[in-house]
Amino acid sequence: MANLYSNMNGSDIIITSRIRLARNIKDIPFPHKLDEDKSNEIIDKVYGTLSGDDLQGIGPFNLVRFNKLSSAEKFSMVERHLISKELISNASKSAAIVNENENVSIMINEEDHIRLQVMMPGFKLKEALNYANELDDIIEGKIDYAFDNKLGYLTSCPTNVGTGLRASVMLHLPALSISKSVGGILNTLNQVGMTIRGIYGEGSSSEGNIYQVSNQVTLGLSEEEIINSLIAVVGKIVDQEKAARNALNEKQGKELEDDLYRSIGILKYARMLSSREALNLLSNVRMGIDMGIIKDVKPEVVNELIVKVQPATLQLQSDKELSGAERDELRAAIVRDAL
Amino acid sequence: MLCQNCNKKEATVHITKIINGVKTELHLCEDCARENPEVNLSQPFGIGVPFSFQNILDGLFEVSGIEKKEVNDEIRCPVCNMSMEDFRRTGRVGCGNCYAAFKNEMIPLVKRIHGGVQHTGKVPKRTGGLLKVRRDIDKLKEELKTSIDNEEYEKAAEIRDKIKELEKSADNENNKGKGEK
Ligand SMILES: [Zn+2]
Ligand SMILES: [Zn+2]
Repeated sequence: MANLYSNMNGSDIIITSRIRLARNIKDIPFPHKLDEDKSNEIIDKVYGTLSGDDLQGIGPFNLVRFNKLSSAEKFSMVERHLISKELISNASKSAAIVNENENVSIMINEEDHIRLQVMMPGFKLKEALNYANELDDIIEGKIDYAFDNKLGYLTSCPTNVGTGLRASVMLHLPALSISKSVGGILNTLNQVGMTIRGIYGEGSSSEGNIYQVSNQVTLGLSEEEIINSLIAVVGKIVDQEKAARNALNEKQGKELEDDLYRSIGILKYARMLSSREALNLLSNVRMGIDMGIIKDVKPEVVNELIVKVQPATLQLQSDKELSGAERDELRAAIVRDAL
Repeated sequence: MLCQNCNKKEATVHITKIINGVKTELHLCEDCARENPEVNLSQPFGIGVPFSFQNILDGLFEVSGIEKKEVNDEIRCPVCNMSMEDFRRTGRVGCGNCYAAFKNEMIPLVKRIHGGVQHTGKVPKRTGGLLKVRRDIDKLKEELKTSIDNEEYEKAAEIRDKIKELEKSADNENNKGKGEK
């Protein structure tokens, strides 16, 4: 479980890169217009393209049907960024194709017939795009896509037509969050057809200071152009985060150090942790490691915990249904163990 | 504060939505929040105003110069039977053919969203046909130019051969298309 996150070795501000391609099958109504039989046909058809022996080292891929999974198992997949909530809200008509190390996930009958996702640790958008294109070509080898010379790949929502590409990078931005600079970044990004959003939590700030930067415009630019501008923008954000960390260190070095040590202290000894508290403290520890202040914790351990402390993934660690308080207790125990 | 949905557990998830200037607040417990379709982990509302396609759709139609009354509801997509009214309600088209069936409405809308209306990206490998070949030729022509600029004449000759080959296959593709019609 959570292989993608535990495989990361110390990539610091950039956590993961992700490519998503939206594709639909020619002359077949989109998923929201389909009954169960038709939906199942599509699932079989898409899985059929990836279940053969001629995949040359790619795969194997497993088909996940949600009617066989518990609620915790389903939501844990959401927490691991493999699938969306929308996909499981339509469980009887949808499915996911996932590979062993969970860096490929193909959602079937979400908003579009096919949503192909490739995730890679660190800053690897080009590699992820190449991999996604390979898989896309394999599927297209046996399935006719809905495609128009002018509008490109046709999608259920007009916001995705063209390349159908959503490229995104998950970033850890604690110093920019503290200095309340994320709103300003959002405004700037919107002007260049991109956006930034918090990944976890709700309200005005992102829990755990983890954000996702992605392109909004999908038509009129090639895949390479979209990725190149995203790479440039992310590079700038990383520079800003580093500058903000340095400024923080210079102005409030002692307070910052105290904060970071207190965070790891609480994580090591607390008996109950809510997911919000755990994520925020883990964010501090991650920043402490990146800045060389905290030395006895490996960054991979923190990255893995970020996923493990999520409610549904946590529930999977227990064989009985947990209450909120019991979850907080188990969460604290898991964090203590890991640290 | 108790959860607005079950009134039993403490509300730990607080959602503020601002749509068309109207602010609404929602307070839920963790369990109810997870069941709530508006609480979406993959599209979090961490910062700014949540992006709701349905809510901005009418606005986009307005600036695209399409008045609601002008939309003819009699027209339906021949493949999926969608009407323009269905699209307004759901923000989703019914099938790929809807874009052609409602060209007059969809093209300006797409232009508002993306700024452009000409796809320049990937073309399906197997079914892309002529367009795929043309894209490949364009790409090679650019490579040819670079190699000439770099005075790599051997490489340039190789690329030139490849272009010739592709142009031949484009001709064949073209004739094939005519033959079918
Ligand atoms: Zn509740
Ligand atoms: Zn249609």
